[in-house]
Amino acid sequence: MTTLLEAQGISKRFGGLEALTGISLAIDRGEIYGLIGPNGAGKTTLFNVLTGFYPASSGEFVFDGARLNVKQPHQVALAGIARTFQNIRLFGNMSALENVMVGRHLRTQAGVIGAVLRTARTRNEERAIHERAYALLEYVGLAPHQHDLAHSLPYGDQRRLEIARALATEPKLLALDEPAAGMNATETATLRQLLERIRADGTTILLIEHDVKLVMGLCDRVAVLDYGKKIAEGKPVEVQRDAAVIEAYLGGVLA
Amino acid sequence: MMAATLQRHPAAKWLGIVLIAAALVALPFMLAAVGTTWVRIMNLAILFTLLSLGLNIVVGYAGLLDLGYIAFYGVGAYTYALLASPQFDVHLPFWVILPIGALVAGVFGVLLGAPTLKLRGDYLAIVTLGFGEIVRIFFNNLAQPINITNGPQGISRIDPFRLGDFSFNQSETLFGLNFSGPIKYYYLLLLVLLAVVVINLRLQDSRIGRAWQAIREDEVAAGAMGINTTHVKLLAFAMGASFGGIAGGMFAAIQGFISPESFVLVESIMVLSMVVLGGMGNIWGVILGALLLSFVPEILRHTVEPLQRSLFGKSLIEPEVIRMLLFGLALVLMMLFRPAGLWPSKVRKRELTE
Repeated sequence: MTTLLEAQGISKRFGGLEALTGISLAIDRGEIYGLIGPNGAGKTTLFNVLTGFYPASSGEFVFDGARLNVKQPHQVALAGIARTFQNIRLFGNMSALENVMVGRHLRTQAGVIGAVLRTARTRNEERAIHERAYALLEYVGLAPHQHDLAHSLPYGDQRRLEIARALATEPKLLALDEPAAGMNATETATLRQLLERIRADGTTILLIEHDVKLVMGLCDRVAVLDYGKKIAEGKPVEVQRDAAVIEAYLGGVLA
Repeated sequence: MMAATLQRHPAAKWLGIVLIAAALVALPFMLAAVGTTWVRIMNLAILFTLLSLGLNIVVGYAGLLDLGYIAFYGVGAYTYALLASPQFDVHLPFWVILPIGALVAGVFGVLLGAPTLKLRGDYLAIVTLGFGEIVRIFFNNLAQPINITNGPQGISRIDPFRLGDFSFNQSETLFGLNFSGPIKYYYLLLLVLLAVVVINLRLQDSRIGRAWQAIREDEVAAGAMGINTTHVKLLAFAMGASFGGIAGGMFAAIQGFISPESFVLVESIMVLSMVVLGGMGNIWGVILGALLLSFVPEILRHTVEPLQRSLFGKSLIEPEVIRMLLFGLALVLMMLFRPAGLWPSKVRKRELTE
C-alpha cells in the first residue's frame, strides 16, 4: 500500500492560540482513516488547513506524490480532495440534482461562449453532467428526491447529498466532517454501508467522527488529537486501550 | 398551469410567439400615432431593459449587490462619444465602437470587481456606490489639463448609427410608411434586446449559470466544490458591465449628446429598482420591471398636470413631485405585498415565502 496523503508537521496558530502543533500523519490509499478527539481538539481546524480555508502556520501536505498547493479551496478540490462540512453547507435553494451538478464544475469546461452558442460540445457536456449527477444521486440513494430543494430534505438525506456532491468532483480523498452527527441509528447504519461502498469503489476516506461505534467499526486506523497535538495513532482497538487517549477523553486523575 | 397548457399545444406556443412578434413590430407605429415622444420613451425603456438585464447577472444570478452599475453605462456612452464625434474628430462606424465599448466597460467591471472580491452585502454596496461616483466625477473633470470628456458641458454632435448611406436618424418612407429616426432605432434596439435575452437565458441554464447560483447560495461551499470563486465573480461583473457598455453606446448615438448628469447615482438606483421590482433572477420579471418603471413615470408626467387642472382649476403640486411620491409609494407597497417582485424567479419566491 502506498501513501496518498502525508501531513508533515502541520501547525496552526490563531494569534496566541496554538490550534495545531506539529501534526504529522500519513493516510494510505484505500483506507478509511479516522480523526477523533474531544471537542476543540483541532480536528476541524486540520480539515480547514488541508482544504485551503486557512493557511498553515508551518508544515506542508504531500498529496498523491506532490506537494499540495493549499492557497485556495478550489485548487485543493482540483488536486483531488473533496470535503463535507460539520454544519451542512448545501446550496439550499437549488434542487438535489443541481447541487450535484455544481460538483461537476471543475471536471467540465463549458464557458460563456459555449453556453451562449449552445455548441454540440456544450450540449453533450451538459448531458454528461446531468447523467453523472443523477447516477451519483442513485448511488447515495437520493434519486427519487432529485427535484427536491436541498434545504427541504430530511437531515440524513442532506448529509448524503453533501457526500454525493463531493463525489461529483471525482476526489481521490473524501474528507468527511462528522457525517453521522445528528443521525439516528438506522441512518447511521445506511451511512456506514455507503462509506464502505465508496471505499470499495476506490476512494480513500478521511473521517472526523464522534460516534465511537461508527469509528471503531469502520476505520482501518485512527489518529487521536487533543489540544492540537496528535496523542495516539493506530488500529481502533489499540487506540482504545491507550492510556493518553483514555485520559484525554475521561480526564486525568485529580491531583 | 399556463406553461403546462403551452407545452401540450406547441401550435398555441408558436401562435403566441407570432402574435407577440407582430405586436412588437407594429408597436412603434401605434406609439408614433400618439406622438413621436412616445417612441423615444419606448427606446429609452428598451435601453433601461438592457441595463436591467445586465445588472440582473450581477445582482440576480451571482448575488452581488451593485449600486454603481450606471458607471458602465457611462463608460459605454463616453467610449462611443469619443470615437464618433467632433471631440477628437474621430468617426468610427458604430459596429466597430459598440464591441469596443462593451470591452472597455467589461474591463471597468473587472476593475470594480477585483478589489471587492472579499466583500458582500452592505460593504459591497458601499464600495460599488463609491465606484459609480468616482467614474462620474472623472467624466466631470477630465477636461483639464487635456480636454477628453469636455467636463460638465458634455459631448455633443455625436454621430448617429450609419450603415453606408443608411442613417438611423433620418426619416424615410418605405412601403408607404414613414420610418422616423426613433422608429429605426426601435427596431435595432429590439434586435439587440432579443440577443441579450437569448444570451441571458442560455447562461442561466449553463455550467457558468450554476456556478453563479452556487456562489449566491454559499460561497464557501462553492469554493470547496472546486469553483474558482474569484474567476466566476469577476466574470459576472465583466458580463454585466459589458451589457451596460453596449446600452451606453446606443444611448449616446440615439441622444446625440451626453454629459455626466446622465450617469448619477439615482440612475443606478433606478436600474436596481427595476430588477428588484420586476423579480430578481427572472429575465421576464426584470423586463417587466424595466418597462413599468420607464413608462409609468412618463404616463404620470403626462396625466398628473391635466388631472389637477380639471379637478382644482390649477396645478397645486408640481407633476415631478407627485410622480416621485407615487413612485415611492408604489415601491413601498410592492415590497410589502410582493417582496419577491412582480414576476419572481422560482428560487426567490421560495426564499421569501418559506
